[in-house]
Amino acid sequence: MGILNIVTYIPLLGAVLILLFLPKENGKAIRYTATFVAVVDFIASLYLWFNFNPKGTGDGMWQFRFIHSWIPSLNVKYDFGIDGISLLLILLTTFMGIIAVVSSFAAIDHRQKEYYILLLLLQTGMIGTFCALDFFLFYVFWEIMLVPMYFIIGIWGGPRKLYAAIKFFLYTLSGSVVMLLSILALYFFNSDGIPFLNIKGLGNAATFSVLQYHKIGHLIPPTLQFWIFLGFFLGFAIKVPMFPFHTWLPDAHVEAPTAGSIILAAVLLKMGTYGFVRFALPILPDGTKQWLPWVVGLSIVGIIYGALVSLVQKDMKKLVAYSSVSHLGFVMLGMFALNPMGLKGSVIQMINHGISTGALFLLVGIIYERRHTRMIAEYGGLAKVMPVYATLFLIAALSSMGLPALNGFIGEFTILLGAANRSIVWASFASVGIVLGAAYLLWLYQRVFWGPLDNPANKNLLDVNKRELGLLLSLVVLMVWIGIKPAVFFDIIEEPVNYVVRKVDPTYFDQKPLAYPPAAPVAVTAVETAR
Amino acid sequence: MTWNDMIYLLPEVILTIGASVLLLVPVTGGRGAKLSAKWMMLILLAITAGSLIYCSHAVENIDQSRQLQAMFALDGFSIFFKLLFIGAIGLLVMLSEDFLAEGKYSPWEYYSLLGFALCGMMFMASGVHLITIYIGLELLSLSSYILAGFYKSELKSTEAAMKYFILGAVSSAILLYGISLIYGVCGSLNLLDISAAMSTIVTNDALMFGIMLLGAGLCFKIAAVPFHVWTPDVYEGAPTPIAAFLSTGSKAAAFAIFARIFYTGLHDFHMEWNYVLATISALSMIVGNLAAITQDNVKRMLGYSSIAHAGYVLLGVISLNALGLRGILMYSVVYVFANLGIWATVLMLRRHQYAGERVDDFEGLSKRSPLWAFAMIIFLLSLGGIPPTAGFIGKYFLFAAAVQAGFGWLAVIAVLMSAVSMFYYLRLVVAMYLREGVEAEFAITTPLKIVAGICLVATLALGIVPSSLIDQVVLSSSHVAARAALTPHAGR
Repeated sequence: MGILNIVTYIPLLGAVLILLFLPKENGKAIRYTATFVAVVDFIASLYLWFNFNPKGTGDGMWQFRFIHSWIPSLNVKYDFGIDGISLLLILLTTFMGIIAVVSSFAAIDHRQKEYYILLLLLQTGMIGTFCALDFFLFYVFWEIMLVPMYFIIGIWGGPRKLYAAIKFFLYTLSGSVVMLLSILALYFFNSDGIPFLNIKGLGNAATFSVLQYHKIGHLIPPTLQFWIFLGFFLGFAIKVPMFPFHTWLPDAHVEAPTAGSIILAAVLLKMGTYGFVRFALPILPDGTKQWLPWVVGLSIVGIIYGALVSLVQKDMKKLVAYSSVSHLGFVMLGMFALNPMGLKGSVIQMINHGISTGALFLLVGIIYERRHTRMIAEYGGLAKVMPVYATLFLIAALSSMGLPALNGFIGEFTILLGAANRSIVWASFASVGIVLGAAYLLWLYQRVFWGPLDNPANKNLLDVNKRELGLLLSLVVLMVWIGIKPAVFFDIIEEPVNYVVRKVDPTYFDQKPLAYPPAAPVAVTAVETAR
Repeated sequence: MTWNDMIYLLPEVILTIGASVLLLVPVTGGRGAKLSAKWMMLILLAITAGSLIYCSHAVENIDQSRQLQAMFALDGFSIFFKLLFIGAIGLLVMLSEDFLAEGKYSPWEYYSLLGFALCGMMFMASGVHLITIYIGLELLSLSSYILAGFYKSELKSTEAAMKYFILGAVSSAILLYGISLIYGVCGSLNLLDISAAMSTIVTNDALMFGIMLLGAGLCFKIAAVPFHVWTPDVYEGAPTPIAAFLSTGSKAAAFAIFARIFYTGLHDFHMEWNYVLATISALSMIVGNLAAITQDNVKRMLGYSSIAHAGYVLLGVISLNALGLRGILMYSVVYVFANLGIWATVLMLRRHQYAGERVDDFEGLSKRSPLWAFAMIIFLLSLGGIPPTAGFIGKYFLFAAAVQAGFGWLAVIAVLMSAVSMFYYLRLVVAMYLREGVEAEFAITTPLKIVAGICLVATLALGIVPSSLIDQVVLSSSHVAARAALTPHAGR
């Protein structure tokens, strides 16, 4: 009974308990049970945090391994294990799980029992996805996540919930089924090969073990890597979502209930970026390099486009949704700099985006519960009636736009360093995105909180209550902690990031002594010789 | 024929006698009428299954005569499918109870026809000779024509039966013509002899023509595009349990002969037929899934979806490797369970004779009966191939087979179309869960609950712990797969 199983299945167990023992009329008991389960799960995941060894290298990097045979005839293993990257994402998931449950107390007033059951099921799916080190198992968890999220949007969503839910489901499903084909191609390459395409297999025992593919990835011929990467790319890029696959995101976010948006932004989007860093990059170094210009180009377009579209939004939630497209563009850019700096920034930014955007969605949800509108034009001068809310909103916005001493800065700065190390052009485009980010967030803040309090409906708005304050403060603490002491987090992901860089660019560390100064040209030549 | 051969045929003999007895019971007058047709049928099925299992062990020590060996095989492949058929018919008997309870139609005739249809299916599964296969197929088809028109007084049902009969008869003729051409060239109807003859033939137009006609006839039986037009009409018009029968048991039998003929008999010519079949498969998946999206009638939607599923199963035939054959077996099982579960749920919505027809009829099911609404979701996810349901495991095999056989483009179409299929499956979920439905009356009776329950457990269990089924499938298909692999086709 591995600790990872415990962390993964506590929410499932809680869901079953709620299903079996709590009557649906007793909303209060259901809410508190769900909260209790989420808290217990978080505490269990803290065990991982305290017992994790950041210095583990080689096979020791994968910790809390739990391997059990699942489908012997296909050699599918139930294989759980985490490295620093998964650890941070699991902690993010369990933490945001509490936020999601508690933030739903007032917002969800009908069909509560089903709602909390689905929320907990979703959490099991998400944690399982981050733990799985077997492609088959990974795919199962990956798909399982879709169903609860579909219902959360579809039942408790806004006016166009059916459209948004189906769009979400079909977009992500079509991406992931194509990914399945890539997994199959890997599978055959490792074992028998694909004789009809003149692809010779390695003749190894058939397996779905991710770590085995990490080992043999560089042996895959470049043409095959090109296609396999395309499959992975579609699966992950839709989830991220990268421009132009992002169109499901604004719909899903706008229609989803607050907790749905929080989970979606904080964790589900990270599935895509996690997929790249865990599978696509280390397994397919050649494919990565062949697709690199496209991915980077789309990331840059995403950064600028997301920010520009955010600027013109009239709906706060849509604004935050499009800002996710921009922020995730940063994450992708940093990752595809393919150097330790960029990758570290990318991973940290995944966490940061989860916290900051989660907080922003929570804040938008709070005001929506009071006024039942998210139109920016309806507001103005809120700082006068809701001072605490205004302060917290400001902190979240500053964190999201990357103000020093808050978490967003750490991520964006590291990404910029990594990107500049690769190409100063990338970094310039990215910094335009940062400026635009400051623009849309500050402009939003100005329109909502400053100016005259001229809408009578806003005059008697209540400030945040204790429950909301607690949630927001806990998020603010995290923002400040990562902002001031990022070294703790960087230490944890140091080894995994170097591991990925070694896989994707084996010559990188050989040439590193020259890194400074002048960093950029050397790194570029290094990559070009590697090609 | 020797007495020893009777052991091989024992299950079919018992079934034929039993089905004939069922037909005769009402003739005996008052005494027979007190018996329950349903229970007699179930007992008959149990005896058939028992004798099948007995025979499969007994024949290990008994030699088959040469004549029978050329016609009929009791191998792992056939036993696997026969047990599946018996199970499916058993579930169908449960499904039919309410429909027969209305009392307008004689249950004896109905069950007896089902018995004869099953007998035909069992011969199909065992047939290694085109005549055996053809006769089994005709026995199944003729019984199906009558069953499709079982609502004698209903115009729709009669129309469905007529359509089915006329198109079916034409397709049988085409099939027979194809068989005769193959016989003319190869000089035998036994699949192994055909295969041996083909290995010496480089190219032959008459043979090609024969294979194409045979393929066309078979494609009609599994309802693959462009031979699919009868499907939605017949499913819509036929009594719902019969639509369930046509889309599960009858279809699985057609998959079985498809696999047997192409894996054992025609594999040498695969370069000639596999692109034709690949096109048919792609068209079936595309047309079936896209047409299903526009349907408001659940029975028609399931009709189109079954066309699409025929396309998926064809992946297994086209790829012609061990994985593909396993895929066909796996998929037949998971498809039968998921589909029967859906039909059971459709029958629960029965408010009048043809109810459960419109997508709207599903509204409110989640309120009235959360368990069966949940079961319906699982069945739909299984048809859509979403883990952790059995459908994913089945599709996994088929897709993997296609990738391994180098049909990457077909696999891409297949996975994308299975994503499209979720669109119309989700329509039912939307109706059940996401719309606030009216409080409606449902006919959730015990037999339907039993069927849906069995299908639910099977669909989940085979999805989460599929190992035992996979092992069984590997074992059952190994003989046929090994035979296909005997003559490597890569050189051609």
